[in-house]
Amino acid sequence: MQTETKEYTILPQRSMTFDFQELYQYRELFYFFTWRDIKIRYKQTALGIVWVILQPILTVLVFSLFFGKALKVPSSGLPYPVFVFSGLLLWNFFSSGLNSASNSMLNNSAIIKKIYFPRIIIPASSLLVSSVDFLITFVVFILMLIYYQVHLDISQAIVFWPLAILLMVFGTLGLGCWLSALSVKYRDFRYVVPFGLQILLFISPIIYPASVIDSPWINYILAINPMYGSIILFRIPMTGNDASFDLLLISSISTSFFVAFGIYYFRKTEAFFADIA
Amino acid sequence: MKPILEITNISKRFYLDHQNAPYLNFRDRLTDIFKKKNKKEEFWALKDIQFDVEQGESLGIIGRNGAGKSTLLKILSRITPPTTGKIVSRGRIASLLEVGTGFHQELTGRENIYMNGSILGMRKWQIDKRFDEIVDFSGTEKFLDTPLKHYSSGMQLRLAFAVAAHLDPEILIIDEVLAVGDAEFQKKCMGKMEDVSRGGRTLLFVSHNLFAVEHLCKNSLLIDNGRVCAIGKSKKVIQNYLETMNKDTNHQNGYFDLRNNPTKRNKERGFLSAQLYCDDFKTNLFRCESNFKLELDFSDTIPINDLVVGFVIKDSTQKPIIGINNWDLGLRLNTKPLIDGKVTFEIAKLPIYGQDGFYVDLYFGDGGDNYDIIENGVAFNLEPNDILKMGRILNPALNTMHPGKVDIRIS
Repeated sequence: MQTETKEYTILPQRSMTFDFQELYQYRELFYFFTWRDIKIRYKQTALGIVWVILQPILTVLVFSLFFGKALKVPSSGLPYPVFVFSGLLLWNFFSSGLNSASNSMLNNSAIIKKIYFPRIIIPASSLLVSSVDFLITFVVFILMLIYYQVHLDISQAIVFWPLAILLMVFGTLGLGCWLSALSVKYRDFRYVVPFGLQILLFISPIIYPASVIDSPWINYILAINPMYGSIILFRIPMTGNDASFDLLLISSISTSFFVAFGIYYFRKTEAFFADIA
Repeated sequence: MKPILEITNISKRFYLDHQNAPYLNFRDRLTDIFKKKNKKEEFWALKDIQFDVEQGESLGIIGRNGAGKSTLLKILSRITPPTTGKIVSRGRIASLLEVGTGFHQELTGRENIYMNGSILGMRKWQIDKRFDEIVDFSGTEKFLDTPLKHYSSGMQLRLAFAVAAHLDPEILIIDEVLAVGDAEFQKKCMGKMEDVSRGGRTLLFVSHNLFAVEHLCKNSLLIDNGRVCAIGKSKKVIQNYLETMNKDTNHQNGYFDLRNNPTKRNKERGFLSAQLYCDDFKTNLFRCESNFKLELDFSDTIPINDLVVGFVIKDSTQKPIIGINNWDLGLRLNTKPLIDGKVTFEIAKLPIYGQDGFYVDLYFGDGGDNYDIIENGVAFNLEPNDILKMGRILNPALNTMHPGKVDIRIS
C-alpha cells in the first residue's frame, strides 16, 4: 500500500536539519490535528462558532468604551474601535496561538509516547487552528472598515498586510515551538505563558498608538516584542506611513531570531519528549 | 537478500534521580545551581542488543516485566532515541504500542477512524479505501456517527483494533494488544495477526501470553535485564524463559521483613514480618486463582484487646483491588489479650488476573486506632496463566472486590 518504501537508519543523535520530505509525507496530519481541534473546541456550546466573532467584538466594545470614550486614548486619526480592532485582530492570533501551542505537546503526550511522527506538526497545527479564527475575524474587520468608511490605501495594504501577517505568524511559531518544548521540560510554563501574555498585551501598541511613548530607548526595548512590528505594519495602510524604520527593523530581527531559536530548541529537545512528557 | 531490520549494538541509558519528580521543575533547576551536583544513578534499560529480522519473519519478544521489551519497541518505532547503536530498517515500521492512541471522546466513530488512521501513518485515500472493511471488522456500523464517549469500552476497543489491523506496513510491531476484549473478538484478532504474518509481512510480537507467541511466531527472542538472553525457535526460547522464571522463584522466597517500617508510630508496636504462599509454596510469584495465604507476624508492648489486622491488594498502578480485615468479616479477635502472635489469611481461589506486579498494604491496630500502616509491605508478581486455555490472559479489568470465602486464623 505504502509506495514510499525507503531505507532509513535510527541513530542516537538525530541530525539538526529539517527533513522537509518527511514533513511533506506527513502533510495530512497537519490537517487532521487542526480539524480535530476545531471540531472539539466548540462541542457542547450553544453558540458554537459564533464565539469566534463574539469574543473580539465584545473586547473591542469594552476597550472602546473605556479607553476610547472615557480615557480618550489617541488613535492615530482612526475611529477608536477600528484602531483597537486592528491591533486585537493580530494580537488574538498571537495570544491564542501561543497559548495553545505551548500546551499542545502536553495535551498530546499520550500520542507522543506511543507513535512517531515529526513532532513539529503538533505546535504548528495548533497555530493553524488560530489561523482559522484569524480569517473569520479578518472578515469582520473588513466589514468594520466599510461601516466606518475608513480610508484604506489599497496598494499599501497589498504590501504591508502580508508582511504584517508574516511577522505575526513567524513570531508566534517561533515562540510557540520554544514554549511548547519548554513546558514539556518545565511545567511552570503553563502558568508563565498566560501571565506573560497579559503583560505583553499592555506593552504592545494595541490600545494606544506607539507614538504615545516618546522615550526612544523604551521604544527600542518594546520593539523586541514580535507583535510590535506586526501591528505597526498592519496599521500603515490606514493611518499613513508614520512608522519608524529603526523600530520595525528591530522587531523583524527579533522575530527572525525567535523563529530560528524556537525551532532550533524544539528540534534539540524533541527526541526526548517521549521520555519526560 | 538483506534482512529487513538490522539492529546493531543498541543500548539505552536512563538516569535515575530518586529525589526529583519525573519531569523537571524550574524551581528545582534554579536551586540546583547552588547545590552540589548529586550524582545520578545510571540505569541501562538495554545493553548491546543485536539481532536481525528477515523479511516475512514473525518474531516473538518475551521477557519478564521490566526486562526492556517496551524500551526496545519504543526505539524501533522511533519514539525515543537509543543511547548507542544503530538500526537499519528496510521497510516502513508501524507500531501498535497501544490501541486507540489518538482517540478522542468528543469525536464520532467515523471521525475517530480517520484521526487514528492518520496518526498511525495512513493516508486519507488509504483510509477511504479500507473504511468499510474497518467498520465491518469492528462491528460498530450502527454507531458510526455517535460520539465516542457514548461507546462502551468494548466497542471503543474493537474500533481501535480494527483501525490498527488495517494498517498494512512492511513491519508491524505489536505490544500486548491481544490481552483485551472478549473471547470472540480476541479470536478475530489472532486470526488477523495470522493473516498478517502469512501475507509475507514482518511481525514483531511482544506478549506475556506465551501461548500466543508460540502460536504466531516461529522464532522468539528472550530479553532479560536489557540483554538478549536467547534467540531461536519459539518453543526452545519459551522453555528457556520458563526455566529462568522458576529458578528465580526459589530465590524470592516470599518472606518480607517489616520491622524497619519508617512510618511506624511506635517502634515496638506493629508487624514483624509477612510470608506469602501460593498453593502452600512460599513464593513471590503468584498464579491467578490459586490458593492465597498471607501470614502476618506482629508484636506489641501492651496487650491488645481488640485486634484489627487487614490488608489491601493493589495493582501496579496502586489501584486497590481487594481489601480484607477481620472487623469487616465480623470477626473480633479479642478472645484473650495478646502481646504477640500470627494472623493467617487464607483465600482458596484468589480472583486476580493480569500479568502485573501487585502490592499489598498492611494495617495493624487495636480498637479503632491504627498503630502500624505499611504501604507496599508485600509485593508479588502474577504469573501469566492461561487458566481458560484460550491462548490469552484474562483481562485485569476482571479483578473483583469479592475474594470469596476468607479464612482467618490467629495463633
